[in-house]
Amino acid sequence: MKHMTEEELIAYREEVAEQRTAISGHLAVCEECRGELERIEAVLAALDTLPVPDPGANYGRQVWREIAPRLPEKPGRWWQVWMEPRRLTAAGVIVALIVAAFVAGRITKRGNAGDNIANKEQVRERVLVVAVGEHLGHSERMLVELSNAEPSDPAQKQVNISAEQRRAEDLLQENRLYRQTALEEGDAGLASVLDELERVLLDVAHSPEVVTPAQLEAIQKKIAGRGILFKVRVVNKELQQRQEAREPAPAQNDSTKRARNKV
Amino acid sequence: MNRMQQSVESTQAIAESDAIAVERTLAGDRDAYRVLVERHSHNVFRLAYRMTGNRHDAEEVVQEAFLRGYQKLGQFAARSNFGTWVYRIAANYAIDRMRQRQKEEARREAPRAEDRDGMENDPLNRVPDGAPTPERLTQSIELRKQMEQALAALSDAERTAFVMRHWEGCGIEEIAGVLKSSSNATKNTVFRAVQKLRRALQPVVETRAQARAMGTES
Repeated sequence: MKHMTEEELIAYREEVAEQRTAISGHLAVCEECRGELERIEAVLAALDTLPVPDPGANYGRQVWREIAPRLPEKPGRWWQVWMEPRRLTAAGVIVALIVAAFVAGRITKRGNAGDNIANKEQVRERVLVVAVGEHLGHSERMLVELSNAEPSDPAQKQVNISAEQRRAEDLLQENRLYRQTALEEGDAGLASVLDELERVLLDVAHSPEVVTPAQLEAIQKKIAGRGILFKVRVVNKELQQRQEAREPAPAQNDSTKRARNKV
Repeated sequence: MNRMQQSVESTQAIAESDAIAVERTLAGDRDAYRVLVERHSHNVFRLAYRMTGNRHDAEEVVQEAFLRGYQKLGQFAARSNFGTWVYRIAANYAIDRMRQRQKEEARREAPRAEDRDGMENDPLNRVPDGAPTPERLTQSIELRKQMEQALAALSDAERTAFVMRHWEGCGIEEIAGVLKSSSNATKNTVFRAVQKLRRALQPVVETRAQARAMGTES
């Protein structure tokens, strides 16, 4: 008797087999193939026990709250895809990079081709460094304010953190863009810290607008526990140092060279 | 009326109600889109979680899928099932996200498989209070870890094909659309995924079954 192949049995189990009837007929009379199918099923049954977390009964509402401010006025005409703020920001960054690279190219045009490419790379990186530095500064300020927030009156039963929450939502969008750019630039360290920052921002953005002192304390503990403020400060400092290190040395432009030649 | 008829009718009713919500959204009623988001978020989350393996990425995939869905809604008009459509957008974005994540993880020093979802998905938190014995607890945790590793070891296409076919019950054509592949190639991808999972997990599943049969596991 010709037995079923593993491929045929898996296809049968996953209901993508073309000859289901023939396989069913064979399984009815072949103990060996039935055993093989049972072994496949045991593995799949074990996999079925892997849990999926329940996002909560209000999850749909929460998703809506997250995306509603980011939706354009009207849906889906083809050109509107390109008018999305995120894409406009990205396009703005690209245009800025092109302009900066062009200007850098003009300034350093007398260098050789290798130097020009290196300069463009530097300008591109500098723009990213400045933008990310600013973003990290904003994130740090928001997290510091949230970490230091407390009820104005000890008897107060609720604290309003809606302002921080909105800022976290805005920062979240920027953060995603910078994380992706850092990854594309091959800056794994920066991408990793931005990834951690994103998780904290997501937590804050998902918190209720008004929290009890106990809930606020839990949020503050979460921020402190992840050490994100320290990491953000360290990376921001590194970015500043990187930027300073790349600043061109003084007295290297054409006019100073000319002046030096006169002497 | 039997349960199957009821289920088919309720699916049709949802599809019709979705179609109306899509029309109203296209006519400028943003709140109509809210209905679609609230109705389909859980399903999209489940797919996204199974594909990405962690809650953080899954939530990002859900949001991005609905944002992209809104932006492309004009292209949807001729289609009939919003749920399937947004599902497909989510699956595509999840593939991108998994690729990004792999790049990130390849560059990191410490492996993240073990701390993927923080405390909320700690296996210890998922074991019922009345868990019978410490051995069983250890074995369950070990098995779960191995299953997650086996899933993580699949290629993006294999994981997508397996999740969409085995867990979400999607049709081969639909999966082929997401993978930008032919039906036959997609069937092969499902096969390869199950085969790899079997190679990785069958020994441990059989050991567990034997232990249970011998009564060493309560």
